[in-house]
Amino acid sequence: MQFRLTGLTTAALGAGALLPNAAAAQTMDLSIELPRMTVAEYHRPYVAVWLEKEGQAPRTLSVWYDVDKRGGEGTKWLHDVRQWWRASGRTMSFPADGISGATRAPGVQKLRLVAGKGGMPALTPGQYTLVVEAAREVGGREVVRLPFAWNGSSATATAKGAAELGGVSFTLKR
Amino acid sequence: MQFRKPLLAIAAVTALAAPAAIAHRMWLLPSSTVVSGTDNWVTVDAAVSNDLFYFDHRPLGAVPVITQPDGSEGKAEHHNVGQFRATFDVHLTQQGTYRIAVVNQGVFGRYVLNGETKMIPRGTTKAQLASVIPAGATDVQTSEMVARNEIFVTQGAPTNTVFKPTGQGIELAPVTHPNDLVANEPATFQFLLDGKPASGLYVTTILGGGRYRAAPKQIDQRTDAQGKVTIKWPEAGMYWINVTPTAPQPEGEGPRPQAQGAGGARPAPGGPQGMGGVPSGRRVSYTTTLEVLAP
Repeated sequence: MQFRLTGLTTAALGAGALLPNAAAAQTMDLSIELPRMTVAEYHRPYVAVWLEKEGQAPRTLSVWYDVDKRGGEGTKWLHDVRQWWRASGRTMSFPADGISGATRAPGVQKLRLVAGKGGMPALTPGQYTLVVEAAREVGGREVVRLPFAWNGSSATATAKGAAELGGVSFTLKR
Repeated sequence: MQFRKPLLAIAAVTALAAPAAIAHRMWLLPSSTVVSGTDNWVTVDAAVSNDLFYFDHRPLGAVPVITQPDGSEGKAEHHNVGQFRATFDVHLTQQGTYRIAVVNQGVFGRYVLNGETKMIPRGTTKAQLASVIPAGATDVQTSEMVARNEIFVTQGAPTNTVFKPTGQGIELAPVTHPNDLVANEPATFQFLLDGKPASGLYVTTILGGGRYRAAPKQIDQRTDAQGKVTIKWPEAGMYWINVTPTAPQPEGEGPRPQAQGAGGARPAPGGPQGMGGVPSGRRVSYTTTLEVLAP
C-alpha cells in the first residue's frame, strides 16, 4: 500500500483534494468480470471497489455482499475482503446507502458511477488508483489495481485478474 | 527420563511461585483478531506449552479479564479448563478493540517467626504485604511479580482505549495497532515498564506452527532508547511475543542463577536471585499473541 490508515483516521477522499465541483458530472463506466468456476461448492464473491489517492483516505465506491442475510449476518464476512476492509471498510457501517448491494453472478458485471452519487466523489486532476478486490467463500481472494491519471476530461484503464477476477476496465468521462 | 527428575521438581516449585519464569510458554490464542459486523463471538485457547501453538502440556486456567472498547469490563463466557488447554468465549457487541488479559500479579516470599520459616500466602498483593507479615518476623524476603499475558481483538475499526497504561509491570503502547498487522509491513511497538518507556528489554518473536518446520522462526530483538522495537514479519501467521527485562532462559533450566545479566551486558533491574526456590527482587514479563495477515 502506498499509504496506510490506522483506522483512527477518518478524513475521506472528497473532503480535501476531491472537492465536489459544479461542472458536468463525471461518470465512470466500470466493467468487472467474475469468472465462472467449475467447483463443487460455489458462492458468489464479496466484491469491493474503492479509489485511492496518495495522501487521502481511500473511498469506497461499491461493495457487493450478502445484504439479505437475516439479522445483518452477511456483514460477518466483510473483513475477508481484507485489503478493502483495512483501507476503508472497517470505518463504514452497513448496509451503506448508495454503496453496498447484493452479490452478483459470474459473467461481466457493469457498473455506472456518477460523481456526487453514492460513494463516487468528483475528482480533481491527479494520480489515482481504482482497486477491485474479490473474496469468495470456500474460495480465494484477489486484488486488481488500476492506476490512472485524471486530467479533468477522460481516463481509461484495464487490468486482468488471474483467479477470482477476470478482466476489469473502466472509462471515466465528464 | 530419570536424570531430569530433580530439575523438573525445581521447575514445579518455581511454577507455583512464578509461572512466567519457567521455560514453558504461556499463550492465549484467539479464533479471530479482526472481525466485521456488530455481533460476533471469538473463542480463545489458553495453554502452557513449549511448541507454539500446540496444547500438549498444561492448561492456562486463570479466568481472564476482558476490557471492552468503551473501557468497561466484559465477560469471559463458557470458561472450561481441560487437561491440556482452557477455553473461553468472548461476545463482541461493541465496535473497537477488546483486550483479553491474564495478569499474574502478586508478591511471594517468606519470613522467619519464632525460629520457624513461613511462606507468605499465595495471592498476596503488594498492598496487602504489610498485613500478612506479623510483627516480630525476621529475615523477610519477598519478590513481586507482574506477568502480563494479553491479546487483542477488534470488531470494526481499531481503537486505543484498552492501551491506557496501568503503570505496573511491562505494558504495550501501540505505535502500530496490534490488530492492524500485514506481512509486508514492519510493525513498531513501544514497551513500557511501570508506565515509562523501557530500553533494552528482550523481545522474542516466534511464529506459530513450529511442528511443521525444522527450525523455529524466531526473531530476538531488544527495545531501543524509546522502548521501541520494529518487527519485520517473515510471513503471515500467528506470532507469540514475549518481553522480559533479562535474557530469556534456555529451556529446562530452573530458577535463574544469581546476577545473571543479559549475557553479561546488563544486570537485571532488581534481578532475581536464587534463594531456595523463592527468588527475591522483581519479575516482570509481557506476553501477547499477534495475528499478521497476508497482504
